[in-house]
Amino acid sequence: MNNGRLLAVILGATTIALVVIGTLWPAPSALAYAGGKSLVPSSSTPEAAVRNLGNDIRAHDWQKAYESLANKAQFTEPEFMHDLTGYYPSLLTYSTLDSFEVRPLHSTDTAADVQLKLRWSTVVGPSVTTRDVHVVKDGDRWAPEWPIAKQPSVPPQVIPVNYLRWDVIYRGPGDDWGAQDAEAPHVRIVDMHPVERAEGVVVLGELLNEDVVPAYVTVSATLLAKNQTPIATEGSFDNISHLLLPKQVTPFLIRFPNVSLSSVASIRMTPLSSLVAASADPVIEIGDEQLHPAPDASLTGQLINQSGQIVNVAHVLGTFYDKSGKVVWVADQYVDQALLPQTPVAFQIHIPEDLAKNVSSQRTVIATYSSGGSL
Amino acid sequence: MRSRLPFLIGGLTLATMQIALAQSPSISAPKSIQAGDAFTVQTTGSGKAALFIIGPGQVLKRDVQLGEAASFAAGSLYNAGRYLVVLTMESSTESDFLDVLPASKPAELSFLAKPSRLPVGLHEGITGAVYVFDAYRNLIVVPMPVSFELSPPSGTAQKRTVETHDGAAWTGMDSTAQQGADRFLARVGDVSSTRVVAQVPGDPCGLKMSARQLGQQLELATDPVRDCNGNAVPDGTIVTFTENYRGGQSTVDVPLKRGIAAVEMPVHSGATISVASGVVMGNQIGWEK
Repeated sequence: MNNGRLLAVILGATTIALVVIGTLWPAPSALAYAGGKSLVPSSSTPEAAVRNLGNDIRAHDWQKAYESLANKAQFTEPEFMHDLTGYYPSLLTYSTLDSFEVRPLHSTDTAADVQLKLRWSTVVGPSVTTRDVHVVKDGDRWAPEWPIAKQPSVPPQVIPVNYLRWDVIYRGPGDDWGAQDAEAPHVRIVDMHPVERAEGVVVLGELLNEDVVPAYVTVSATLLAKNQTPIATEGSFDNISHLLLPKQVTPFLIRFPNVSLSSVASIRMTPLSSLVAASADPVIEIGDEQLHPAPDASLTGQLINQSGQIVNVAHVLGTFYDKSGKVVWVADQYVDQALLPQTPVAFQIHIPEDLAKNVSSQRTVIATYSSGGSL
Repeated sequence: MRSRLPFLIGGLTLATMQIALAQSPSISAPKSIQAGDAFTVQTTGSGKAALFIIGPGQVLKRDVQLGEAASFAAGSLYNAGRYLVVLTMESSTESDFLDVLPASKPAELSFLAKPSRLPVGLHEGITGAVYVFDAYRNLIVVPMPVSFELSPPSGTAQKRTVETHDGAAWTGMDSTAQQGADRFLARVGDVSSTRVVAQVPGDPCGLKMSARQLGQQLELATDPVRDCNGNAVPDGTIVTFTENYRGGQSTVDVPLKRGIAAVEMPVHSGATISVASGVVMGNQIGWEK
């Protein structure tokens, strides 16, 4: 009994002592997470200054990040915040900064250039943005100058939109069982072939909505062995534009990881379509598309929203063809900022280096999502 | 007297047998009736019994006085099939069978017409299937002629007559060259059912665009887009404009509006502009400033 009381007293005293020590002399990491001083104690170097800025951005401490800037007189704190998270709801609005990289580019005694690579976690996967930050010396410390990209404002106006919209009335419970329902859209796979990649088999192709109504589409594929037993079944997930307006074509890409093409005898394709309410608006122009060869092979271009509706998320899908017109690859990119009317937004789709030399032409389609509306 | 004795004995024997037979309970149901018809089940014997008629989805019970007929009003039995007629008494049961046949007069058609929407000019593209029922939803399996008629908004109707087989008849029809809502009628006797089949334009045909410079923009517009039968391709159909120029490309997917697709694209000297819709290519324009 006495031993138990003694142990309790010792444990209690030790706990109180540790709490006091932790309060008076906190660990740097705990202090940083509690909103105190940063893990990097000072901005004694250009890299440290940019790293501090990155930490503040990751902690969503916009005020502290803004206060650390040398050029804050050029813009307001909300403008700085919106430059990073978007002026209008977009992918970045609901993302968090997962990590960042700091890389010195150039340095003198009084100024330096540092590259800040920001890796955001978004609902559709990681998104990387890179900013080249100029850093200037201010006394004994360095202060970054934020390269703000002020978004051009769209003048207040009324844009009449009279594009077609489709609504659907399905059969009701009172209808005779022989009564017709609204027919599902007719879609057709116009191209399909498998490709062997290091990670497994990839099935590429294109799907056409040959009907006069909009279609919500998905494509799945089943690989069959020589004895016609299924090896695996996969769907295109988001490597497809799910909404197809009449006579619109989308590429699709279906991945089968860890499957060898030599074990595949045939492929069973299953395109599915359903009738959905949809709008022919918005119209997006894809301008200045350019194919860049390896190294760093990519397709770049810019999206121009020709409609009045703000597009919150744009999904760019590129189909790459060889000289004979055969699809050699399908790649995509989500644009992390909203598309404002008549405001160009750049995109870049990476092409695998080994396939880039085979690419002769390309075709790009856009899937758009607007908040407050359906597809 | 001697000569009369055998007749007397025989007469007594027959009379005894008749009495014995008359007192033995039995039932006599009609071999078959049509669904919904009135019918009578005759019983013999004396005393009380319960009469059951058991069939597909239906059971009737009636307390009967043996020796009397049990009458059932019209509409008592309406599901086609074989029924078991059972007479239960205190110590024994008697049974018989009764077939209820579908009524010979059709009262209802189930008409399945597929698809509800298809392109114009498809041979045997429309399928119609009819199931013929009587007033009690029994499938009438007796062969009977069904006339199918597909009527376009204008022009002559396609007509076919097909005899039912095991209660069903089906046919194929061609979609016509003109778009519109066709009436697809199936008729048996004086009963008919109608469906609407939408015939929609096919792929664009002879897709053609023209270009006009407006400052630094090129205004591109198609001629009214029609299919190979001259039907106007519906609004909302996507037309793709592609401008290829030195080192670059621009693409716009434009929905048809009021029959044409129009867009503005940047002017590039030496550009080649093409137009397409789905898998159909249109003309190409080479543009020099």
